[in-house]
Amino acid sequence: MNTITRAHLTETIYTQVGLSRNESADLLETVLNRMSSALESGESVKISGFGTFSVRQKGRRIGRNPKTGVEVPIMPRRVLVFRPSQVLKAHVNHTAVPLGDDE
Amino acid sequence: MTKSELIAELATANPHLTARDVETIVGTVFNEITAALSRGERVELRGFGAFSVKKRDARLGRNPRTGAAVDVDEKAVPFFKAGKELRERVNRGKRGA
Repeated sequence: MNTITRAHLTETIYTQVGLSRNESADLLETVLNRMSSALESGESVKISGFGTFSVRQKGRRIGRNPKTGVEVPIMPRRVLVFRPSQVLKAHVNHTAVPLGDDE
Repeated sequence: MTKSELIAELATANPHLTARDVETIVGTVFNEITAALSRGERVELRGFGAFSVKKRDARLGRNPRTGAAVDVDEKAVPFFKAGKELRERVNRGKRGA
């Protein structure tokens, strides 16, 4: 199965916008960095027609090493969750894309 | 942050680009990821994360209001797993969002 990487996205920006490959790569990086910074500060990133990235706070809990069965505390932490939009879900299933829902 | 705020930030940081170019760039990124996922492909952006498609088997669901059993077809769901660097950044970030 094919895996799309930065190189593919850079190439698409390059062909669509007509900037140099270098600048296209930099811009892609800037997009990802801006999103990362917002998430780092705890802010959600909402991309209409695509989905929402948000940060969820998890409490402390007791975990277990599955191999040894030893109990280990899992400290409170913050995790990133992605909630795909109805539009993205529809694309992935090749079903009709819902109108007016760009959550 | 919304997509339009992301576009606005990018435009401010790149005054030599037209607003239309910046919109195209941001749009292209998400459109390409969407296109790849709908082809069943994976998108891997090191340090940021990976987008993939997971299969959900058909199952017998229930209408929560009436309790009636309903067949739920098998379906595909988009999935994102944060990369190591982003995961650590988010966990290190400020508390209480």
